[in-house]
Amino acid sequence: MKPYYSVLRLRLVHGMQYRSAAFAGMATQFFWGFMYIMIFEAFFSHTNSNPPMTLEQVVAYIWLQQAFLALIALWFRDNEIFDLITKGNIAYELCRPCDLYGFWYAKLLAQRISAALLRSIPILLVVFILPEPYRLTIPENIETLLLFVMTMFVGLFILVAISMFIYISVFLTMSPTGSLLMLGVVGEFFAGLIIPIPFMPDWLQAIAYALPFRWTMDFPFRIYSSNISETDAWVGLGIQLVWLFVLVSLGRIALKGALNKVVVQGG
Amino acid sequence: MFIFGKYLSILLKAQMQYRVSFLLLSFGQFFVPFSVFAGLYFLFEQFGQIKGWSFYEVGLCFAIIHMAFAISECFGRGFDSFSQLVASGDFDRLLVRPRSTVLQVLGSKFEFTRIGRLLQSLTVLIIVLVHIEIDWTIAKVITMMLMVVSGVFIFVGIFILAATLCFWTIQAIEVANIFTDGGREIAQYPLDIYKKWVTRFFTFVIPFATTNYIPLNYLLGKTDSSDLFYVFIPLAGILFILPCLLIWHYGVKHYRSTGS
Repeated sequence: MKPYYSVLRLRLVHGMQYRSAAFAGMATQFFWGFMYIMIFEAFFSHTNSNPPMTLEQVVAYIWLQQAFLALIALWFRDNEIFDLITKGNIAYELCRPCDLYGFWYAKLLAQRISAALLRSIPILLVVFILPEPYRLTIPENIETLLLFVMTMFVGLFILVAISMFIYISVFLTMSPTGSLLMLGVVGEFFAGLIIPIPFMPDWLQAIAYALPFRWTMDFPFRIYSSNISETDAWVGLGIQLVWLFVLVSLGRIALKGALNKVVVQGG
Repeated sequence: MFIFGKYLSILLKAQMQYRVSFLLLSFGQFFVPFSVFAGLYFLFEQFGQIKGWSFYEVGLCFAIIHMAFAISECFGRGFDSFSQLVASGDFDRLLVRPRSTVLQVLGSKFEFTRIGRLLQSLTVLIIVLVHIEIDWTIAKVITMMLMVVSGVFIFVGIFILAATLCFWTIQAIEVANIFTDGGREIAQYPLDIYKKWVTRFFTFVIPFATTNYIPLNYLLGKTDSSDLFYVFIPLAGILFILPCLLIWHYGVKHYRSTGS
């Protein structure tokens, strides 16, 4: 476990160097957050139908999305790994005395956490004191909050497991653009990044619930705003763990298969 | 203009050398705004309308702004990736040539894969036009075309402004995305659904309203004043490029090469 831990720490320190980029990113995230909330406010203001989420819940959904973007966006990528694969330096990686899947996994995980630490805390601090209706409400009770933190954490592990497939696919395609784009578009839509999943029609919701993507953000965010009850949340946590196990096992098998075929040309 | 055409054809030929990659990227560009449009559709299915605008009315707005964005990203790419020119010092080479810097930067890059995005918005436009009821007159057709043109000019203007900042910062700044990507997202809905100050900002500072809800009202027959006024409103948006160009020239004068 120790080498993975040091990779994690090294990456964290590295990511903290880019503070000004983080500030610029924060400004952008506030802008998007306000914009989406205004759009939903306009939708809610004249509606006769009974929407599946209250405006307050949607606001919480949107701010959590903006604050934790680094933990949930599939298009975050590590060009270093792509270069390793396409340029042949993968040979060095294979010489390391630790398992490649775990090594990359730790690296990607650390990258996301360091990016999120810098951005999410300042954003959260501000959105808690905004005037109504833009304010992010606090969870109903401490158990909800704990459940949110736990599911968010497992969700992050699932997301990194999903993103590992993008890197593995580069062994076959040699260019990340295609798989990044397709997995990015499909994954983000079914994670609820474009519109929250409860607003989708039933048939689409059924698809979204059958895929792993929604467990990374839709599920924890709706626990936060009590749109999902506590009992459902505990059941969901179990399903999350099953998904995590399945995705990591599949990823390991896929990486092994890809590495067996890998040909490193000298040079 | 002739030189611009020359630049265009050379870069088109260059990009066509990688045909598969070109097709794949265009294909991908088709699907990115597609998921956004699908999201829009589902929201309308849920809520029915947004402050009195129906789905097809907003769809028209969406199609026009995305067309404008696709075209300006295709042609204005040079300004969009201008920070590379400055950081590498290649901008010096442009300065010694006896042609305008604006033309040369514009000509330095074209992103033809944006055709995918353009096709997507065209599809949306056609779907919308089939379903929507508009009493078409020649004035309205002209207005609609001018809306796209004016949108292109506004986006290119923002690209130029963002590029000008590179003279001082050397790096590209992410904040500029608020006005390009953010402007696109904001202007895909009729602007009057937002809070007053947002509407004002995007009417008088960055004139998205001139490509967006003012002429849109006219197209949909929601106004009663004279036609001529609305035909010329999008032209006001085109004027936005003038101060941008002025600031650009000011920036060029203050340019200091990185020397590398």
